[in-house]
Amino acid sequence: MTVPGDGGAFTVGLVVNPVAGVGGPAGLKGSDGAEIQRRALAAGASPRAGGRAAQAVLALLARRPETRILTVAGPMGEDSARAAGAVPELVWSVPRDPSSGADTTAAVEAMRDAVDLLLFAGGDGTARDVLDGSPSCPVLGVPAGVKVYSGCFAVSPATAGVMAAEFARDAPAGVEDGTAGTIEAEVVDLDEEAYRRGAVSPRLYGTLRVPAARARLSGRKVGSSSTAPGSAEGVAAEVVARMRPGVRYVLGPGATTMAVGRLLGLATTLLGVDVIQDGGLVAADVAERDLLNLVDGRETHAVVSVIGGQGFVLGRGNQQISPAVLKKIVASGGLLVLATQQKLAGLNGRPLLADTGDPEADALVEGYVPVITGHRESALYRIRSAIEEFPA
Amino acid sequence: MSGHAGESFAELPVAPKPALRRFHQARWDEPIIFEQSRPGRRGIAVPAAGVPPVELPDAVRRAEPPKLPEMSQLHVLRHYVRLSQENLGVDQAIAVGQGTCTMKYSPKVNDRFVTDPRIAELHPLQPEDTVQGVLEIYWRLERMFAEISGMHRVSLQPASGSAAIYANIAMIRAYHASRGDGERRDQVITTMFSHPSNAACAKVAGYEVITLMPDENGYPDIEALRAAAGPRTAALMITNPEDTGIFNPRIEEFVRIVHEAGGLACYDQANANGLLGVTRAADAGFDLCHFNLHKTFSTPHMCGGPAGGASCVSEALAPFLPGPTVEFDGEKYHLDADRPLSVGKTRPFLGVTPNVVRAYAWIAALGAQGLREVAETAVLNNNYLMHKILQIPGASAHWPGGRVEQVRYSWQGLFEETGVHSEEIGVRAADFGVHYWTSHHPYLVPEPFTLEPTESYSQEDLDEYAAILAHVADEARRDPDLVRGAPYNQTIHKIDPTSLEDPKQWSPTWRAYTRKHLA
Repeated sequence: MTVPGDGGAFTVGLVVNPVAGVGGPAGLKGSDGAEIQRRALAAGASPRAGGRAAQAVLALLARRPETRILTVAGPMGEDSARAAGAVPELVWSVPRDPSSGADTTAAVEAMRDAVDLLLFAGGDGTARDVLDGSPSCPVLGVPAGVKVYSGCFAVSPATAGVMAAEFARDAPAGVEDGTAGTIEAEVVDLDEEAYRRGAVSPRLYGTLRVPAARARLSGRKVGSSSTAPGSAEGVAAEVVARMRPGVRYVLGPGATTMAVGRLLGLATTLLGVDVIQDGGLVAADVAERDLLNLVDGRETHAVVSVIGGQGFVLGRGNQQISPAVLKKIVASGGLLVLATQQKLAGLNGRPLLADTGDPEADALVEGYVPVITGHRESALYRIRSAIEEFPA
Repeated sequence: MSGHAGESFAELPVAPKPALRRFHQARWDEPIIFEQSRPGRRGIAVPAAGVPPVELPDAVRRAEPPKLPEMSQLHVLRHYVRLSQENLGVDQAIAVGQGTCTMKYSPKVNDRFVTDPRIAELHPLQPEDTVQGVLEIYWRLERMFAEISGMHRVSLQPASGSAAIYANIAMIRAYHASRGDGERRDQVITTMFSHPSNAACAKVAGYEVITLMPDENGYPDIEALRAAAGPRTAALMITNPEDTGIFNPRIEEFVRIVHEAGGLACYDQANANGLLGVTRAADAGFDLCHFNLHKTFSTPHMCGGPAGGASCVSEALAPFLPGPTVEFDGEKYHLDADRPLSVGKTRPFLGVTPNVVRAYAWIAALGAQGLREVAETAVLNNNYLMHKILQIPGASAHWPGGRVEQVRYSWQGLFEETGVHSEEIGVRAADFGVHYWTSHHPYLVPEPFTLEPTESYSQEDLDEYAAILAHVADEARRDPDLVRGAPYNQTIHKIDPTSLEDPKQWSPTWRAYTRKHLA
């Protein structure tokens, strides 16, 4: 592997999900699964991920013509690289046609240790496949899918190329863990089958390290803007400022709550529920029964963020905060909800949702709550029980 | 004369003009004026005949001359003519695409007043006796704004709309402090579609900002306001109509809720162009409001200042106005700097006098009836344009109901069909000689665009603008890459907007440019 700045050529891995996005124009709400892809193509959809990947490579090469490109033979990368005028080095070829998500994962595994940055073109489903390949290098998504809710995508293909070129220029050499100049971005996806039936079930799958040019990352689906305000750091700073001695805080999963832990210098978990007090970690990644003991007999607040684009604050990814736990928390303290303005904007006037499975527990948090949107910034926003919002 | 008798030009095979203008912007690759400087070059300004030269005392002489560009008159003229050709503004374009900016025509006669030596050569430190005329203009314009807003007193000192908003929040802070309530009231409530300067100014002034999001119908959520208002509320700072063009019919209730909590209500009148002579801030119960002279009152926008703002307040807040204030004793005008509760100066001296003169001339020319006609025409133009835009497949107005003076539209339908973003539509529209704006961030309306026709534009102008957008939307369907590759006929091809967010790249002055990029 070359280290950026060590004199070797900057090396980019390129993985394209050739069918990403075909389901969008056909109104299929996604492109996951061979049958959906077949239906989309039958409905006249034309694949565009390859072209969008080529736009990214073109923008990269315009700024750093000496970049080495490792990729997969054929439509999973080679075609796009060649379309952009590059001469790629092929590290793998797909054993079947059409390719599948497992091939994306395999391609990431094949090149993750050999590249300085992995560019992939696709949507949220592709981001999950990339995540499954456990990339050790920084990653950047070229937006080409129908669902682009995850935070690891650049705002446009050309921007991805520009970001890659600037990452090559700016990433300092000799940093052992390879995290310099990068930030963590959430990978979020919806269950497309459920989504097509009208039910939404967003999930946080994990995080990828992406080049730290927040303004150029799409973050949320709404507002493909380059100047979207609001950052996890600002929100975290406000949460920490509001913390009081002797009070216990239950941190739900997500990158925003993770930023709270980071600001306090604590090893909180991304996907788990953690408990902190007086600037220290009481317990990490706790289960419901631990929580029941930890929240007993003292003032406790739950700090939860909004998962996915549909506004769930309870019952998605944080089931550890069960109805019984929630009842104790509300009785002794309360709920601190975190979201950037952008995230609230994406709800389009719809309420935040509580779906603990127990209408009584949901009812405890219903009503208007201050949602922390930044340092000394909040929005008054309504929480509803999902059962009432979507009656069966 | 040659040619055959009886032959007419009408019979010659002349190609018809296309439906849309074949616009092409000038591209001069013009260097910065400092780069064109050559030692010893100069222009000559001939002094007035018969006026003896004044010898400056050594104490006020510079040790070395300022580092100004050295150029001939021709080259200075050519430079600025070229820059003007690389620009797109109200004087040559149909500037309805900058919704919320209210890009109306600035009548040229008002510039003649401003360049008159009796205004242009005033010195801010002249004795009051020698500037009675301009003080009278300030005084009379203040009375006009008091009448337009229903408020008691007005300061014309702020140099921009946002400076007026800042003056207002400073007065709100001083008001609560004077009642011993300043510490406790540490929150300002605003709405997502209010002008963002309200949240920004409140935050700069030290307040925690609470934002009300829109409900399903696009109105700020009144139940959220009830939940937010309380003993910590210093003020509600709200724009109405908001940047969606939707007028909040419950605005008096909003004011009442905040008053009952002990807070003040401050009205951002940036979108006042459809309300002149129709509604007044004081009649809805507001304690303060502000106007942007460079929007509603036709003065130039000035790209961040010096523009002009008017801060208008109720009698209870008048002691806190910025100062000095202009006063009239029935015979003479004078400045009153002896105002112990005043929040102080928002800029040196009186204000941006040229824009105060322009706004005064504009209002005086129209009169009360004329102002009302401005509002009615602006609303009519907006609803006419909305009718045309909504006929374009893929365009929508997001929320139902009528609009006042502007509309925040959405291309979401077109985007879902073509993958072409609103920003890309706007850049392509520039190839036809018009500009276009999306929305403040974050985008609540997906794929937004905001049009505000004002009263300045004719029916033909609005038809042409709608035809351009219809054409570009059609291009997005037929050849999306054509739209994505735009602009083709512009001064600058593509701009990377992210450079605007990188302070290392900003160079607002030549000195900064020299330091950052030439060092």
